[in-house]
Amino acid sequence: MNFLNDVIYGAANGVIYAAFALALVLIWRSTRIVNFSQGGMLMFTTFIGWELVQRHGVNYWVGLAVAIIAGLLLGAIVERLLVRPVENGPPLNAVIVTLGLLLVLQAVAGMIWGNGLSSYAPRFSLNYYHVGHRVILFSPDYLFIVIAVLVVLVALFVLFQLSPLGLRMRASAFNPEVARLLGVRVGRMLTLGWALAAGVGALAGVLIAGTAPNYMNPNGFDELLILGFTAAVIGGLDSPVGAVVGGVIVGVALQVLDDYVSNDIDPFFIFALLLVILMIRPNGIFARRTVRRV
Amino acid sequence: MLELRDVVATYGAVRALDGVSLSVTDGAITAVLGANGAGKTTLLRTVNGLVRPASGSIKYAGRDLVAAPVEQVVTFGLAHVPEGRGVITELTVEENLRLGGLWRGNRKESADSLGTVYEMFPPLADRRTQPADTLSGGERQMLAIGRALMSRPTLLLLDEPSLGLAPRVTAQIMATLRRLSREQGMTVVLVEQNARSALSVADVAVVLNLGRIVAQGNADELAADEKLRHAYLGF
Amino acid sequence: MSGLAAMGRRWLRLPTLVRHLVVALVGLGVLLAISEALSEYRNTQLAEIAYTVCAVAGLTLLTGLSGQISLGNGAFMFVGAYTVALLLKHHPFGGITGYQSNWWLVPVLILAVLVAAAVGGLVGVAAARLRGPYLAGITLALAIGLPSLPKYQHLQSQLGGHAGIPISAPAPPGSIDYFRWQAWICLIAMVITLFLLANLASSRVGRAFKAVRDDEISASLAGLPVARIQILAFVVSAAAAGLAGGLFGLISLDAGPDSFPLSLSLGLLAAAVFGGLGSLPGAVYGAILITLLPQWATDLSHQVSLSSKIVNNLPLLVYGAALMLAMLAVPFGLQGLLRRGWHQVRDWRRRDGLAPG
Ligand SMILES: Nc1ncnc2c1ncn2[C@@H]1O[C@H](COP(=O)(O)OP(=O)(O)OP(=O)(O)O)[C@@H](O)[C@H]1O
Ligand SMILES: [Mg+2]
Repeated sequence: MNFLNDVIYGAANGVIYAAFALALVLIWRSTRIVNFSQGGMLMFTTFIGWELVQRHGVNYWVGLAVAIIAGLLLGAIVERLLVRPVENGPPLNAVIVTLGLLLVLQAVAGMIWGNGLSSYAPRFSLNYYHVGHRVILFSPDYLFIVIAVLVVLVALFVLFQLSPLGLRMRASAFNPEVARLLGVRVGRMLTLGWALAAGVGALAGVLIAGTAPNYMNPNGFDELLILGFTAAVIGGLDSPVGAVVGGVIVGVALQVLDDYVSNDIDPFFIFALLLVILMIRPNGIFARRTVRRV
Repeated sequence: MLELRDVVATYGAVRALDGVSLSVTDGAITAVLGANGAGKTTLLRTVNGLVRPASGSIKYAGRDLVAAPVEQVVTFGLAHVPEGRGVITELTVEENLRLGGLWRGNRKESADSLGTVYEMFPPLADRRTQPADTLSGGERQMLAIGRALMSRPTLLLLDEPSLGLAPRVTAQIMATLRRLSREQGMTVVLVEQNARSALSVADVAVVLNLGRIVAQGNADELAADEKLRHAYLGF
Repeated sequence: MSGLAAMGRRWLRLPTLVRHLVVALVGLGVLLAISEALSEYRNTQLAEIAYTVCAVAGLTLLTGLSGQISLGNGAFMFVGAYTVALLLKHHPFGGITGYQSNWWLVPVLILAVLVAAAVGGLVGVAAARLRGPYLAGITLALAIGLPSLPKYQHLQSQLGGHAGIPISAPAPPGSIDYFRWQAWICLIAMVITLFLLANLASSRVGRAFKAVRDDEISASLAGLPVARIQILAFVVSAAAAGLAGGLFGLISLDAGPDSFPLSLSLGLLAAAVFGGLGSLPGAVYGAILITLLPQWATDLSHQVSLSSKIVNNLPLLVYGAALMLAMLAVPFGLQGLLRRGWHQVRDWRRRDGLAPG
């Protein structure tokens, strides 16, 4: 039973990592860049939601919607202004630019909202479910998160696999030159890819912020960046479904380690986990082909 | 009509096109021949805007191609079958094809074109849901041509469609090109290493060497010119 | 004028090693003299700059010369600091308590360098198999993961848990001022580090680093052991960071798990990028910049009475902006700008016939 609870609790947290990983995957798919500023971007948009909901008493859903819209805009702006100039340069340049953006976002958030901890009330209860006398480490809010992430996943599937727009976006990512020859406005597709990713990230941020008191802080999502990255890498960085599976694997693995070894050193476990995964498959476990910069 | 005037294209110090002037007759097949590095690919890439000429002008049906963004060229009726891996291997066969017709934004026309392409290339119809990287070389070439046709072009540019294909498949592709030209009046510019098979379908031919046109004329006349064949065409 | 030019030519004809040695000795003399003239407070700053230079120089060599990014060099500083702390805590060197002789610092710091280098070697083995964003990701995880280790319950008694391990201060010999002595230790270590790294960079090894960075495939076709070269670069870089960490411990008088946050590692990268990746002089400017920034920010706050929220986050803002600007606007860093400026001046002079061709 204990182990079962570990799996449930770990998987539920894994869905959170997956939500973050989804945003990384969307950007990787569209521009072959790992967005190291993702944690900063969703921290910022989550703070915008928080400002409305916690400070000005706005409705939770309105706050969520505003955060998502802010995310879409932020993603588009970032792609246009910062990513476009380094997109075709060496990968190192893109990495450094996204890190710079991370620091700037953290600094600006700190200037506006301070560096202390704030809390973002979850929409639903965090009290665990009971089955008979047994506690199940799963709560209504987590159920909400799982459903939300699944909805996003389905929506992304429909968009990418079934809609002409998704086809254009995929073509732009895989082969920009050919896409351009076929009349696809590749630049716009990349901007849209970043906007979409940041929108998904913004949603994830608000969902996550409610689950624990240690997120609402300019640095609150640093650890999550590594967790999300690990989850995305397990999925090969390219696949939204892989990211969700990866997130669940990471969540369960971390929970089991916490329970059987120690819960003092999560960051170290995450490092070890990522190391093991990358050593097994330097390009991710589910990656089909080697990474190619297009 | 496609018109090039004194087109110069450079890669750093390399002058890949060194003052090329060319008028491509509507409704005809024009073969562009020449050795490796002659500038054939560059010629096509300059036409569709992937390479911007250092000087000179390119016009098609009265429109200035030098100023047009690459994304727009397809709307002028140009379609391009790129050299080598022109298909997007990560997409399925049908996705590749649908992509070709997307710019029109007309579902019905797209579906019609899709039917026509599948009729023209039956192997593609059997593999519509397969990823394109599972196709054979010949099937890929069919896919690339089919995708170009999906945009219902008036001018089709092909870069070495026979590359790496068996003679029989090459012959099939040449026959298809001839049919498109005769039946639909499509203008075709066919870049080829395989001069013999290109000349067998072409109406007109141009020979490039080191970025310059060294010969042009009717395909039969060039094919009959033994000196030219030895010097530039290798057969 | 011509006498100067002749001297310049003779200077350039000297072996690189000799030139570096002369520069190092003269530089050290100048620095010690400067330290003599500075206040206690300024000497502490000088010490901070000096150990930061060590870390940034190691990173700029790794990322600039061998082409491998590391977002985790702060973790190697962590290793260096804890090594020093543990050695001094268990004082296996007989008479070390009370620092009857400061010479004990030498083996202690050397051990810090060696331990960090060993950890760097392990990371390097993994890193040599990874590229681009994967390498960035794993080193980022390292930066966050390794410094959390002292919090492990079964290591708390050895590593001091959240509180860390106190480090006893080196007692200055004779009548030297305490803060000046700290600055001297760090300056000496810095000059030695720069001397060694400069020689490494201009040696066969340095050329191998660059060959691997420019094109791995042709480097391996030319017979270079690519993976081993990449690992070596990590070892060197970790060693420099380990020394920086050890010095950091000696200055701050403790080694704690929270002294090595992600922003430290990213600050090092910002310094290296801003100075110009691969440039040792650039590492010096970069280190000066990131050390003095927080200070300037505080000073500014006193003058224009900004809120502490803004002031505290100002350095971070500048690091971030520096990273982005460097990539978007000044891709060769400060040193690149200076070098280009210098070439420009030289060209003008040539054109005006002022300098011999
Ligand atoms: N991207 C590029 N950068 C630099 N030089 C290039 C580039 N592309 C082509 N060149 C050079 O321009 C010249 C013409 O190349 P082009 O590809 O047009 O030749 P081609 O006739 O298509 O040859 P092939 O039959 O081998 O395909 C060659 O010398 C080639 O090396
Ligand atoms: Mg070619």
